Amino acid sequence: MAVALILLLVAIGSVLFHVYSPWWWTPIATNWAYIDHTINITFWITGFVFVAVIAFMAYCVFRFRHREGRRADYNPENKRLEWWLSVGTGVGVAAMLAPGLVVWHQFVTVPADATEIEVMGQQWQWSFRLPGKDGQLGTSDVRNIASDNPMGLNRDDRHAQDDVVIESGDLHLQVGKPVKVLLRSVDVLHDFYVPEFRAKMDMVPGMVTYFWITPIRTGTFDVLCAELCGTAHYQMRAKVIVDEEREYHAWLEQQKTFAELSPAKAVVKTTYQSGSK
Amino acid sequence: MVDVPYEGIPGIPPAEVPDVELYHPRSWWTRYVFSQDAKVIAIQYSLTATAIGLVALVLSWLMRLQLGFPGTFSFIDANQYLQFITMHGMIMVIYLLTALFLGGFGNYLIPLMVGARDMVFPYVNMLSYWIYLLAVLVLASTFFVPGGPTGAGWTLYPPQAILSGTPGQDWGILLMLASLILFIIGFTMGGLNYVVTVLQARTRGMTLMRLPLTVWGIFTATVMALLAFPALFVASVMLLFDRLLGTSFFMPALLEMGALSKHGGGSPLLFQHLFWFFGHPEVYIVALPAFGIVSDLISTHARKNIFGYRMMVWAIVAIGALSFIVWAHHMYVSGMFPQFGYFFATTTLIIAIPTAIKVYNWVLTLWRGDIHLTVPMLFALGFIVTFVNGGLTGLFLGNVVVDVPLSDTMFVVAHFHMVMGVAPIMVVLGAIYHWYPKVTGRMLNEAMGKFHFWVTFLGAYLIFFPMHYLGLLGVPRRYFELLDTTFIPSSAHSLNAFISVVALIVGFSQMVFLFNLVWSLFKGEASGGNPWRATTLEWQTPETPPAHGNWGKELPVVYRWAYDYSVPGAAEDFIPQNQPPRATQLVQGAAS
Repeated sequence: MAVALILLLVAIGSVLFHVYSPWWWTPIATNWAYIDHTINITFWITGFVFVAVIAFMAYCVFRFRHREGRRADYNPENKRLEWWLSVGTGVGVAAMLAPGLVVWHQFVTVPADATEIEVMGQQWQWSFRLPGKDGQLGTSDVRNIASDNPMGLNRDDRHAQDDVVIESGDLHLQVGKPVKVLLRSVDVLHDFYVPEFRAKMDMVPGMVTYFWITPIRTGTFDVLCAELCGTAHYQMRAKVIVDEEREYHAWLEQQKTFAELSPAKAVVKTTYQSGSK
Repeated sequence: MVDVPYEGIPGIPPAEVPDVELYHPRSWWTRYVFSQDAKVIAIQYSLTATAIGLVALVLSWLMRLQLGFPGTFSFIDANQYLQFITMHGMIMVIYLLTALFLGGFGNYLIPLMVGARDMVFPYVNMLSYWIYLLAVLVLASTFFVPGGPTGAGWTLYPPQAILSGTPGQDWGILLMLASLILFIIGFTMGGLNYVVTVLQARTRGMTLMRLPLTVWGIFTATVMALLAFPALFVASVMLLFDRLLGTSFFMPALLEMGALSKHGGGSPLLFQHLFWFFGHPEVYIVALPAFGIVSDLISTHARKNIFGYRMMVWAIVAIGALSFIVWAHHMYVSGMFPQFGYFFATTTLIIAIPTAIKVYNWVLTLWRGDIHLTVPMLFALGFIVTFVNGGLTGLFLGNVVVDVPLSDTMFVVAHFHMVMGVAPIMVVLGAIYHWYPKVTGRMLNEAMGKFHFWVTFLGAYLIFFPMHYLGLLGVPRRYFELLDTTFIPSSAHSLNAFISVVALIVGFSQMVFLFNLVWSLFKGEASGGNPWRATTLEWQTPETPPAHGNWGKELPVVYRWAYDYSVPGAAEDFIPQNQPPRATQLVQGAAS
């Protein structure tokens, strides 16, 4: 009796907690509301199944608990019932999977007008790079990294010269403009994580990974590292500021290009280029 | 042995292997220490796993102290925190749960449940335990070496696992990899034993479709482990080479503390693929024995046959097979080729179907049962609640795009603790209350057992259910401190403190259980051979605890499936598997 009641309370309590607890996702700041919708669908379906199973179990415990003289039924199987339950489960699974795959297709299909920007992770800080006037990011290689070239840009690549390099500063994005965020690491795994963006992706040394977003509201957002990267993992922070067009350009004007930060005369000492892409 | 039809009853085939004389112990040492008796080895495995598991439990308290009350405990620094989470995870998953289910329950129950005298290779079985013990000692030694244990996270992802900037980069990671390699060698010796014993040493009449689900669960999990562990083995060896010999299997050109390292050309993702090719089946290596055992607990204590036995067997086999093609769902945000997402999301969600069937069949077994709310039954009910909860949140994380915001947050931590931490532990505890009488001849104290159950079940639920919502909020995992953020409200810190307090209470309540184990050994009520009035063979041994060789002079013969509870017309509400059918049921028995 008490056992059945407690089981039922666990199910009801879980639902009440879900509805009334103050902890819920952050207000979204990008186009990925589809992801939130898919999570909501999943909550409805799984929540229904959870309550149904636990309530059924609690009922059984209450109704069929041992009493003097009670004897269980002998009931090895019921093909029809098992078949129906399997089909029902399959339908529920499909109802979650189908929207999930559709949204994933959007997630991995970058729109043609997305601007490429770059985020570079290293223990334990973030650097950012924006394409310059030519609208293209120059090539880079970890072997090029030097004190005057913190992101390891390729000096021979003319696209690199006008790239805007932001070391240990904040990243600004323009609201309403889609960006493809290229992700790069020079040492260990990191993960560029802004909770309000919903999108995230690991940064892997030796590879360039990406995700794309369109910021839909202005504001200042925390950047955290979401892939364990050593002792100061928890301190690896930065900020992303989403601006209106005018503020964005005002900020952009003040940033230094690669050529300004690291004048060409320094080229002499980096004579080897093997492995540069 | 001459093949004669047993008592002239049709349908009973001759024994497949002759009854052999076992190597009987001649001294105290070979009886209790270097024993070849699977039952002694099982107890050795269980005690060792419990001992190292207690270390992992204490580590979880230290982690929770830090998470609940950051800045309060000066003896925990960021490096130690990472070492605690790494060792906690590795110990719990591999050295406790895998060893306990397969080495502990597998060794004790397989020979008894299939009607064998022992494992087929008793000497190799003994070696298996001693190598496991060595692996545990090597692992434990990392707490005492310079630099301490590795803090790379239990996934040991390179490059950071072997670079400076990660604690334990010196000795810790080397010994961790060495310990894993030893564990796998030891496990393989035991695992081959379990598989061959189930396939070859079943007693007469014990067809595969008459095996208790416990054996099906452990057997399938062992086959999976034999296929999955080699991936971890090679990954460990390759990582060891990268660290010691300067190879670059997993190491691209990169900076180590700002300076260009000598590595180049390797792939960190390769390690992740190898790790999760092991790591995902590992989840089911822990879960399938739990599925099997809990089926038998529910059936026995509800005095009713398990509902849909054949479906249950096929579900176990299907889950085992499918679990080998879902591994990359741990890598949706790893940077792997994004189109893989479709395939792995689909396979992952398909697993939900056989898994759901198992859940339905457990609760349908309760329907019109005669439910005895014994301590094992309570733990089985607790398992269903926590497993359903954890399994359903798996549908979030398996559905590729939903995983994107949730991965690497506390949602993941809550999910996997619920589904492969709390739920299997519920089964382990229920199983200990269930089989302790067979192992010792005495019952565990019921009052202490019920106290233990309620504190553990409700406490664990209070710890892990709210934790999902921290993850939904965006709180990342593996964080020593959350520091200042704009999105984490102070109420989340209060919730963290609450979780920590409950975790300490649940942790300490396990001491009641340990006390019960020792107390009942001396003061427990005598149980007799079959206190739960169960049908399976282990309860039908001539002696309790069973002697070496299990069955006295003659092996049992099996006439029926493992679930003849409350058969209409039978005098008792259970019919042991080795009870011959009455003359009137002869024809029916032969046909089945």
